Amino acid sequence: MGNRVVITGLGVVAPNGIGVTDFLHAIQNGISGIRFIPEFEELKFNCQVGGFPEFENEQLQGYITETSLYGLKGKGIAFGIRAALDAWVDAGNEIAGEDTLWDTGCVFGSSVADTDVIKMAITRVDAKESKKLGSRVVEQIMNSGITAYISGRLGLGNKIINNSAACATGTQSILMGYEYIKYGMAKRMVVGSCEYVDRYVFGGFDSMRVLSRKYNDEPERASRPMSASAGGFVPGSGAGALILEDLEFALARGAKIYGEVLGGATNSGGQRNGGSMTAPGAVGVVKCIEDAIADAKISTEAIDLVSGHLTATIADRLEIKNWVQALKRKEDDFPLVNSLKSMVGHSLSAAGSIEMVAAVLQLKYNFAHPNLNLEDPIPEIVDMIGTNNLPTKKIDREINTIAKANFGFGDVNSCLIISKYKA
Amino acid sequence: MDRKAILNELKKVLAPYTEDKTILEGINEQTDLIKDLKINSANLVDIIIDAESQYNIEIDFDAAEKMYNVGNCIDVIAEKMNRTA
Repeated sequence: MGNRVVITGLGVVAPNGIGVTDFLHAIQNGISGIRFIPEFEELKFNCQVGGFPEFENEQLQGYITETSLYGLKGKGIAFGIRAALDAWVDAGNEIAGEDTLWDTGCVFGSSVADTDVIKMAITRVDAKESKKLGSRVVEQIMNSGITAYISGRLGLGNKIINNSAACATGTQSILMGYEYIKYGMAKRMVVGSCEYVDRYVFGGFDSMRVLSRKYNDEPERASRPMSASAGGFVPGSGAGALILEDLEFALARGAKIYGEVLGGATNSGGQRNGGSMTAPGAVGVVKCIEDAIADAKISTEAIDLVSGHLTATIADRLEIKNWVQALKRKEDDFPLVNSLKSMVGHSLSAAGSIEMVAAVLQLKYNFAHPNLNLEDPIPEIVDMIGTNNLPTKKIDREINTIAKANFGFGDVNSCLIISKYKA
Repeated sequence: MDRKAILNELKKVLAPYTEDKTILEGINEQTDLIKDLKINSANLVDIIIDAESQYNIEIDFDAAEKMYNVGNCIDVIAEKMNRTA
């Protein structure tokens, strides 16, 4: 069986809102965080729009010590610290205690260490000035930089792990934290992910011709999941964080409970049977969703909302097909479906955790956020699930159970099932 | 630049690396960077890099090892500045 795991805190740094209050307002009202980026025009990128949080590292004042903030250049790390510490406080905890919290750990993921910091190091070293790098480079270019900052600030003493599974990272980090608590290895886990997509990472995707390029003069229309006129995804950046707790532990301290993680799964199609480095194979995706539902011990009928990966590429159609097969539901019987990426773009490793924060908010406040730019849904998708379950405006409806999935390069899949907490 | 002037300049160099600005304001030649100012030992290299830039000097490894209290720092900085001048 295992212990029940509940969600007690949320934190988010998203292109359309920083902090849970602003983010909730943004997703309820369909506010886009996608902007034209003049630098990308100068760089001759095909895609010149992106979703970047309006966040400077100075906004971490009061979050970490002045000496720690001085010299912190990494943006992905900064996003992650902000989201994780907001979640920690949201869960009713103090930031800096004296003691090591042996029963609390952290799984926080990312795809790429901060390339701005790496670039600074490369420039200095190549100019034969390695002597001037100072003491703060290593901690910011190591992938585990983010978990080192979070666990150090909060005094966390259980498992401290930086996970990386491309675009499935965020969902996977939550799943890992859930499993540690479920199997009694930790009482509480700070989980989530962060990503800063800078010009170099962005350029790599741009060169693959998988980014949206036809809406540079209409940025808010550029991210169009499930739309027939979509032509690729819009990169984004940010961080999402959740506090997961053993139910008994949370009840004992009188914590507020947003919802329960009922189950989940992560797997890979092994880059066989249609799966590849860049494309998820249907068999693995369907199995991942089915395994998550089995782990959650629910019927597929219980699912009210699917929070998809749905990036606005040709894979959207295949993703819906996989959901239909895994849930064995179709047309008007299919659950509501939405993609947060229509508002914030695709923030790679951070996508899963930001979308999970959105999912938890929809669960708590009983609504499905709109899909922006879905005036022309892909006909094959309409054939499979109709249009009634593709909200283009906020739908107020009781949401009891949500399935959330993300799929990443390397043919890796992650799926989580969350529900309202019922005693 | 006399020792007092160097000490005053040194406060600016040390400022980003200590949380306790009150102790920093009252430092004297006996103040220990790690024990009194609670500076993280890893940051000593940053202080050396900043001091090199502030005083336009070069501080080698041997000299850097001596810089654990304010008086030692002033000794090293004064010596290197004289050499440069």
